Amino acid sequence: MLNIKELLDEVKASPYREIVVAAPHTGVVEFAGLKPGDQVHGRRGEFKEKPGTLLAHLTRERNRKPITAPEKGEVESVRTELEGQFVEAGEPLATIRHFLTRKEVIERILQEALFLFRAPERAKYYFVPEVDQKLKVSGKRSVKVSEGMELMIVSRMKRETPLAYSGPEGIIHSVYFGRGDNVDEGAPLIGVCPEDQLTVIQDVVARIQSEWEEA
Amino acid sequence: MDLERRLRDLKDRMTYIRDIFGTREDDSIRLLEARLGEALEREARTPGSVSAEELARLDDLFSFSERKLDTMLTPMDRVRIVRHPQRICLKDILENVYDNYTEIGGRGEFNIDPSMCIARAYFSRRVGEKVVRQMIMVIGHEKGHGEAYRNGGSAKPWGNAKALHYMKVAETENIPVHTFIFTPGAYPVEDWPGAAQQIARNLYEMAALRVPVISVCSEGGSGGAEAIGLADRRIMLSHGYYSVISPEGAAAIEGGLRGGERATPELIARCATRLRITADDNLQNGYVDRVLREPPLGARPHHYEFFRELRRELIQATNEAVSEVKSMKLFRAMAVRASRTDEAESIFMRWNLSPSALNRLVELRQRKYRAMSRHARLDGTGLFSRAAAGARGTVDAVHSYLRYDLLGRQKKRLDAMFEELGAEAHLVRHKLLMPLKRSMDKVLVSGPEGRRGVDPHEELTRLSCPEDGACLSGSQWAWISPRSQEDRTVSCPNVRTHHCPDLWVPDLLGDFAGVCPNCGHHFPMEYRWYLENVFNYRESREFNRDLESINPLNYEQFDLKLDKAKEATGLKSACLTFETTIESVEAVVAVLCAPFRGGSVGAAEGEKFIRAAERAGRKRQPFIAYVHGTAGIRIQEGVNGVIQMPRCTIAVRRYIDAGGLYLVLYDTNSYAGPVASFLGCSPYQFAVRSSNIGFAGPGVIAETTGLPVPPNYHRADHALSRGHIHGIWDRREAKKNLHQALLTMGGRNLYYR
Repeated sequence: MLNIKELLDEVKASPYREIVVAAPHTGVVEFAGLKPGDQVHGRRGEFKEKPGTLLAHLTRERNRKPITAPEKGEVESVRTELEGQFVEAGEPLATIRHFLTRKEVIERILQEALFLFRAPERAKYYFVPEVDQKLKVSGKRSVKVSEGMELMIVSRMKRETPLAYSGPEGIIHSVYFGRGDNVDEGAPLIGVCPEDQLTVIQDVVARIQSEWEEA
Repeated sequence: MDLERRLRDLKDRMTYIRDIFGTREDDSIRLLEARLGEALEREARTPGSVSAEELARLDDLFSFSERKLDTMLTPMDRVRIVRHPQRICLKDILENVYDNYTEIGGRGEFNIDPSMCIARAYFSRRVGEKVVRQMIMVIGHEKGHGEAYRNGGSAKPWGNAKALHYMKVAETENIPVHTFIFTPGAYPVEDWPGAAQQIARNLYEMAALRVPVISVCSEGGSGGAEAIGLADRRIMLSHGYYSVISPEGAAAIEGGLRGGERATPELIARCATRLRITADDNLQNGYVDRVLREPPLGARPHHYEFFRELRRELIQATNEAVSEVKSMKLFRAMAVRASRTDEAESIFMRWNLSPSALNRLVELRQRKYRAMSRHARLDGTGLFSRAAAGARGTVDAVHSYLRYDLLGRQKKRLDAMFEELGAEAHLVRHKLLMPLKRSMDKVLVSGPEGRRGVDPHEELTRLSCPEDGACLSGSQWAWISPRSQEDRTVSCPNVRTHHCPDLWVPDLLGDFAGVCPNCGHHFPMEYRWYLENVFNYRESREFNRDLESINPLNYEQFDLKLDKAKEATGLKSACLTFETTIESVEAVVAVLCAPFRGGSVGAAEGEKFIRAAERAGRKRQPFIAYVHGTAGIRIQEGVNGVIQMPRCTIAVRRYIDAGGLYLVLYDTNSYAGPVASFLGCSPYQFAVRSSNIGFAGPGVIAETTGLPVPPNYHRADHALSRGHIHGIWDRREAKKNLHQALLTMGGRNLYYR
């Protein structure tokens, strides 16, 4: 069984992820003059069209390519000793410490604790009438799901087909779609958790929501 | 009460003067301000202390000063006048000029595009004892005195589509169209029907619209104005402007500004002066037929006398357009020619025309545009060569007529007859002989040895030309870019999504023809590549080589830039026209070359394009426009450039109507004016992959609409999915596709059909 508390402690102990920026291929490195402790950002803009902070240039065959930061964070180390040198592919150039956001932490914990049942195609999803009734009357925590159980109706382009649940047994912890919403392919439909962990998960999520400080 | 109102009016007039002259100081303005301030102060202290006589004197002073100030207006002041919310707008004209009107397709905000207003209006005319109503379709931009939803008269593509729709309605009903241009420019969105493509469609239809069209221009901003501006008679209001670009836009280009930077007011004013945008400039250049004088400092809704003038002017212009082509006119035509506008009302003429008169009308309109902008280009061709070219043109036309029309038609008829007969004979033979053959086959069964030819196994496995060997040596291209000599690599722009490996330049620009072998991205290529590898340029005959771009407006420092472009490219204008043979099909090709001032179109380019279209028409050859890149109309030529939009579109329309094949191939970046006219109206538009096609660049869209522009907004794939172009070609297959298109597309009147 999963220990949620332990997981949370683990996240708290290191509330960041280290990203090692490595040379994508061979070439001569020129750093952009960043020092440890400098703040960097990832791709920005409404369409992610603006590249992240410039970390270095890598030149191979007179093709000078910029290497930019993939995510927001703080520069932890830069291997300045490589300045002007030829490096092999995969050689680490810099390390960025990315502080986890509230959303990322919750996602991480839920990912470990919950089983997400995902939409197989873009469509509208409804619960089968019995489940729907039960959800409405006694709340979502009352529905138990098991492998092969007929759970939903997929409605798309004037046709409706039943969809059976597949995954570990448990109760529905959360429903990620609304009535009549179009759900994209691969988006989670419901989150399922083992019956005994329900309260713990709820508690942890609530605490993260209120306590997690974003860098 | 009356005094109070008059004081308020004077106050409004003062504010208006202040708005128009901005920060400029002048003695008259100071004097007016002082006098009015004093009167107002006195009135505020003791109401009723300003007498009627004093007010009348003040009123006279205002009128006098306004007349004086009117003579000092700079072009930029005129721009401020037409943009002022108090400026007359279309609704005022409908109310005051026409006797009655019904707005169609919209009521205020509930409208597909509130900035485009359509109305059925009429003039009531007294003819003897009778009163006759003369119907008119009124189409124009509506600014609505600054109502926000009117978008400042900036018509959206669907607004222009609506305008076109009602022009066609007018054509069906055979009533004249009056268009009113009050726009700073078109709203630059690409959604269907597309800003550029819809303007192109409008121009294309108006080029041969079979009703008289009269246009009145107050604020004519480039493409937006052209969308409803192609007319038989063009009237311009004296305080209006008609320009290729807004002065702000010109200043931003001139100052090389990017992003949110603003040009200084001085630079903007300088650009406004340089672009020669005023009514008198345009009259002098011959782009408008008449200038209608406005009251001092511009017409406002309370200038009723001005509306009466406008009414007379409109009647006169419509009468003129009609009388030119009407067969039954006798003295009235003479009277119309002789009359000044103040007598216009006395001459009555029916405005619906017979089919033959309509044909003459369209022909006259087309000829009128053909003759424009002659002064804005330099024809370096010698007198002798010009005469020879003219004679050759006539010979070609006669030859084509004899060969393809007179004899060709008979031959075609005979061929068709023989074809029909042949088909009949084939059917009869088939019906008679098949039963016989079937019974013969049954009696004499033939064995497998009866089959002749190669062993099927060998046929499938051997090389198609075993004697050539499996490997090809050398490049398959007739010309490769000199850039391919450089020993270095480049990365494909799609590396993030497609993980393309780096490309070695000699490979990429040599064998791969500038195409990423992994994702198919097309790197920009020189126009020479297409000339040599697609259009067989070495064996072609170039014509009108000596038509040269000049600087007709004496735009500051432009001579220098032009000379530099001429020297760098070895061309005299951005347009290259030649006759060539593509896989044994003869064709006329016009190329817009991007390295010459961004491929922008000015008077010389337009003329070359028109002559090429005419030549293709005379010789019954297909006409191909290869757009290596175009940045739009050359702004330094002002209206001389913008007038090429209708001119070239008319030429293209004539060519297509005569039954030719007009095909456009876009490459690299094609934007603005040319796309919104003679390129965008083609029924066959193709793009080389990875090219960009659009109306305005992303910066301009973001600036004018305030909407974020996604990257790759103008990519050919998007243009294809929006329905603006009709196919995307791979560069390496351009020649093959072009040949295929020449054989399968186009009208009835091509020499090889």
